[in-house]
Amino acid sequence: MLVVACAVGVSLTAGVYLTSSRDLLRCVIGISLIGVSANLAMFAAGRSTTASAPPVVLEGARQLPVDAANPLPQALVLTAIVISFALTCFSLVLALVLQQRTGISDADALRRSEPPPCPDGKPPLEGEC
Amino acid sequence: MSSLVLTPVLVPLGTALLTAALVGQPRAQRLTALLGTGALLGCAGALLREVQRMGPVRTHLGAWPAPFGIELVADGLGAAMVLLMAIVGAVTLLFQQSCADPAPARPGLLPLFSVLLAGVGGTFVTGDLFNLYVWFEVLLLAALGLLALGGQVRQLDATLKYFVLNTLGTLLLLVGIGYLYAATGHLNFGALREAAGRGEAASWLPFLVVPLLAFLVKAGAFPLFAWLPASYHTLPGPLLALFAGLLTKVGVYAILRTLSDVFAASPRVIYECVGWLAVPTMIVGALGAAYHWDLRRILAFHVISQIGYLLLGVGLGTMAGASATVFYLGHNVLAKTNLVLIAAIVFRLGGSYDLRRCGGLYKARPLLAVMFLISAFAMVGAPPLSGFWAKLMLIRETLLLERGVWAAAALTTGFLTLYSMSKIWLEAFWKERPPRDESHGSEAGHALERPEGLGCAYAAVGILAGLTVALGLFPEPVVSFLDRSAGQLGVARVHPSPGFGGAP
Repeated sequence: MLVVACAVGVSLTAGVYLTSSRDLLRCVIGISLIGVSANLAMFAAGRSTTASAPPVVLEGARQLPVDAANPLPQALVLTAIVISFALTCFSLVLALVLQQRTGISDADALRRSEPPPCPDGKPPLEGEC
Repeated sequence: MSSLVLTPVLVPLGTALLTAALVGQPRAQRLTALLGTGALLGCAGALLREVQRMGPVRTHLGAWPAPFGIELVADGLGAAMVLLMAIVGAVTLLFQQSCADPAPARPGLLPLFSVLLAGVGGTFVTGDLFNLYVWFEVLLLAALGLLALGGQVRQLDATLKYFVLNTLGTLLLLVGIGYLYAATGHLNFGALREAAGRGEAASWLPFLVVPLLAFLVKAGAFPLFAWLPASYHTLPGPLLALFAGLLTKVGVYAILRTLSDVFAASPRVIYECVGWLAVPTMIVGALGAAYHWDLRRILAFHVISQIGYLLLGVGLGTMAGASATVFYLGHNVLAKTNLVLIAAIVFRLGGSYDLRRCGGLYKARPLLAVMFLISAFAMVGAPPLSGFWAKLMLIRETLLLERGVWAAAALTTGFLTLYSMSKIWLEAFWKERPPRDESHGSEAGHALERPEGLGCAYAAVGILAGLTVALGLFPEPVVSFLDRSAGQLGVARVHPSPGFGGAP
């Protein structure tokens, strides 16, 4: 249990640290690390770490053993992993393409969708002052 | 016919598969998508009728009974939302056929469009918290695809910002679901409702806050809305209408479902928080809109301010509040979608989304001006349009609960909305057309002289304006249906309204 708790903590810390970086690629990788910690937390919700028996109905028995793990969170985590895999792929490609096409890797400098206001404080006219 | 409840998911998913298979044949693909949304509209109407006659429709996948199997439910609230989604989907797809700022006809456009509808439909009919998460992810992926589809750098930039904040939101949701499952042992809405009613609120309340926070991110509530004004305005017209009309409302629907139905037994403090969050959401959204001159950005900020009204309705935490919220939602989806579509026509005719470059449209296109006025006044809340009844119900309930500050904020925001709408009216329709700046003179500048290819656009705008007027003139059947639907929600048992039921 302690191991899982520590793993959640470490991956969350690393994820938040990377996400707060201004580098696009680090930020995107940080988010997938936060996703890992979310998955682990979900996994721990199913007593999977404290139970001693696998969630299998033994031969001759009519129900699961009392100390069996709950299989549902494992199934849920599996779903979440698949989804986060797709999102990670997409976001990595997105960050790379943005870096290649703009030459900017600093999130603060990347203001193509929201150009900063003109010197007189008015919103820019079609992206330029 | 319990299988009707599957159609909001299956019909768009089927359409997505077919359109994906027809990638090489644009005409057939377009026809399939149109037929698909038409079928979705028919199914949504049939579902609503069924719910009206028989009460909530439910089905269990694989015939596993409710607390264990995956359940799909459509009650009055869900069926109404599905119908709204089908209307917005059909109308925006119709608009896409015109030449008013359509999305670029990439092969992936129509499949992604249908997948987005399937995701939205799934959230409205799911009876299970984890499936709610899955549908949120489906619609997040489809939305990301649609945002990035144009391929311009500003669109990719917008996609990244949309991705970062929304993904953090869904991760919060995932963790929250894990905690709630650990605390209650259930994921099914019905079972959760019972568990929440039975157990001490302290045992699940701290965990409920986590998914709620995720829904607030999705809805674009203050101060979690930064992703919305950073991304929406880069979308082409019909897609912006779809996003503005549907996506944030899905977040509001999830909040309504959680707080007013499943966890209606929550202590008052949580409603209180939502209500107080609604106040800055309304005001900040309207003020942000007042600053901007780009039509798309004005309308994107107004999405936020309207979310404030909806959150206010949820924050009231009564049955009449829930019913007013759903009415407001319906009105807002119709009026908002229409305003965005009109903005796209204005862009086509005037050559720019920037109000400083538009003008003279009242003289050139009086019909469009009338359509704009209908939607704008509905948005502001002038009688006899739909927004009047929506605001009346909402503010009346607020005052009955003696929430003076909330009511004052709602009314102030109404004035700020009026300011933005009159700005658009004065600049785009009323003032003389500014002399064309040759350095920016695009081909669209000539559009006033040759307006062909706008038939579908006018049809789409006309349908929505007609629905807004109809909802304004005959609100009674809708209101009574929504009151009955709200009576089926969990909130009706816990906090029946002091105002509409008569007894305080």
